[in-house]
Amino acid sequence: MDASNETQDRRQQRMQSAASFKAFLLKNSTESNLNLYDHLTQLLMKVMTEHPHNAVDVIEDMSRDVKRGLFHDMQSTLRDLPQTTAAELLAEQQCSLFSRPEDAAQEEELVETPLPNVSEIGFNLEQAGVSLGREEMQRIFLALKQLVESQALPRCRLWGKILGTQSNYIVAEAECREGEEDEEQSADEAPEDEDREAETQESEMDPLPESTYKPPPVVPKEIIGTGVNKFVYYVCNEPGLPWVKLPSVSPAQIVVARQIRKFFTGRLDTPIVSYPPFPGNEANYLRAQIARISAGTQVSPQGFYQAGEEEGDEEDETPRDSYEVNPDFEGIPVTEMVESLSFWVHHVQHILQQGRCTWVNLTVKPGEESYEEGESDEKEEEPDEPEPEVGPPLLTPLSQDAEMFNSPPWSSKLSSALTSQHAVAVLRSNLWPGAYAYATGKKFENIYIGWGVKYAGEGYIPSVPPLPQKEYPSGADITETLDPTLEEEQMLQEALEEQQAAQEEMEEEEEEEEEEEDDD
Amino acid sequence: VPLQRGSIWSLQVLLEQDFWLIIEEISDFNCMDWLLLPAATDSMISEVSKAARGRFIGDPSFVYERAEVNRKSEDRVIPAASVFQNKVKEETRLSVTVHQIDQEVSVVPRGSFIRNHQGLVLVNRSFTGLSESESRKLDSFLHFREAKNPKQRSVLQNPAVDFLEVLSDDIPKGSWSVQCEFASRVCVLRSLLWLGLTFYHLPGTPQHGYVYMGDGTKNLDLPFML
Repeated sequence: MDASNETQDRRQQRMQSAASFKAFLLKNSTESNLNLYDHLTQLLMKVMTEHPHNAVDVIEDMSRDVKRGLFHDMQSTLRDLPQTTAAELLAEQQCSLFSRPEDAAQEEELVETPLPNVSEIGFNLEQAGVSLGREEMQRIFLALKQLVESQALPRCRLWGKILGTQSNYIVAEAECREGEEDEEQSADEAPEDEDREAETQESEMDPLPESTYKPPPVVPKEIIGTGVNKFVYYVCNEPGLPWVKLPSVSPAQIVVARQIRKFFTGRLDTPIVSYPPFPGNEANYLRAQIARISAGTQVSPQGFYQAGEEEGDEEDETPRDSYEVNPDFEGIPVTEMVESLSFWVHHVQHILQQGRCTWVNLTVKPGEESYEEGESDEKEEEPDEPEPEVGPPLLTPLSQDAEMFNSPPWSSKLSSALTSQHAVAVLRSNLWPGAYAYATGKKFENIYIGWGVKYAGEGYIPSVPPLPQKEYPSGADITETLDPTLEEEQMLQEALEEQQAAQEEMEEEEEEEEEEEDDD
Repeated sequence: VPLQRGSIWSLQVLLEQDFWLIIEEISDFNCMDWLLLPAATDSMISEVSKAARGRFIGDPSFVYERAEVNRKSEDRVIPAASVFQNKVKEETRLSVTVHQIDQEVSVVPRGSFIRNHQGLVLVNRSFTGLSESESRKLDSFLHFREAKNPKQRSVLQNPAVDFLEVLSDDIPKGSWSVQCEFASRVCVLRSLLWLGLTFYHLPGTPQHGYVYMGDGTKNLDLPFML
């Protein structure tokens, strides 16, 4: 009976190995207190109940799910505080947008609203392909309504959205209330006194070099309500957050903003680090860019606005500043508006090189603005009268816009070529990517959605710093010259040595002669 | 690595019409006429970089010409033979631009694609999205291209998932803008290198995607602007 013994032995061996393997399977893992036997059982049961498609492909994921789904009864007696999610926070802020004030409800219908027809604008922008999304547009307009009510603005419109690296700005343009004055004092008006330390030093030491730098005269800001500061701008990061009023812009800020190229971060107090140094922080830079974009890209159909009535006999000395809505405007057919740019006009004044819309002659110095150092006035000569800067007058058609970088400054298209009778004419700026204008029938609107930088062609080259000043003014006492180079010094030394040697020879000769004479 | 889904791009263009592209390198201009773009090769890329400047024109058969002068000769008089024209068609330029954008700024969230043991890249069907806190960090987003310099960052890396390069390694730092809008329901990444590339992801869901809408020029001034 050996054979049966052998098979029995083998069976026993197999049973033993099976038993030991099963014991192995049942061994609890040291880390998670599970064992493989139970896990496989549960996994197979899950497969049996669920019958997943392509079970063999997803088996690893199912295994992981089983492990994750095991119930660990580690309940502590502490309860988690429900943390307010970001959604709740935002909802609270935006909740106020949706609440209606009780009193104004009935009066609204009678009085002309300062806000334009917002749903219509939103719809037209969508047709133009420019919109921000319906939900966001809706909230933005509600936020605008809130702004108007809280600040009692006579008129307000959505200017656009400027994207930033950390958060964005939603910009609203508003007319300021009458009689509002500039509250801020600009800090960089007159140069401060130079230090008089040089005079207190001892007279034996040479006086330290004094800086002869005279900063160029500061161009005065335009008054609120005119020129660049015609409108007041409010920004917020998201609809529902409080609106912040941007300060008015100064010509120096515009001049520097033209020379630098920066992204916005989304926080108004970020300093702008650049060369030439920007006088202000991000709020000022934002305002300067808004001014430039408005001046360059705010357009309207020709005839919508007409020139305001001019008082007196003014020739073309001061550019026209005012315009009013033309009541007889009939509307231009949309196809014509798309074909030719002469049907669109700028209705914002062009900004001159100086940084303002109206030119200011700076060489005429009124008594108050004279410099503190009375001595320097005597040395200055009368410079020639600079030429006044003139920009294109208001309401010039776009066909006069200059081409830059081999490309036309504007592109136009119809929102839909198939249903052109209901289509919207869309104009897109190529100089300021993100600026759009649309017109349909008697209505039009401008908007800007972009990063707030101008198209700069090939590449941006920052300006080079000026040469450093000479320390001392060249004069009788001190003259600035270059240090002699090594070769020059050596040559000089050799020359001196030769001279000395020649002199010694001469002296020797003289001595010899004297000796000879003595000898005689 | 081809994308599984067709994503729609659009290139805004200069004079006439805009280009719309679907990722299988097809272009068109009115959403009506579709042309097949040639796939970009290295020689095409070098051609385009020499010849094409400025913005796109809008006509795929437009030819860019730019005279390149051979600078080796020291004489002032440049013999006619060494001035050669570089000519490139706009459709070539278009396809090269699309390729470059794809290479440089295509984004996917971490975990949405996994690599199996054979090296194949597959869509991860059990990807449930990033968490809210993860989606605020630039570390959770990866370039969707062949990894050029894979770095081992931490021991917590999972080689099946972290085989792509992380966005936060991009030079210059700060060339991506991460924003969570709509109360963190949507996370939006915008590239500052190619202005107009926008990537979106809804945390907690596997939805993500990216779109390019812009004028097809790389923002070379980026270091000045940060």
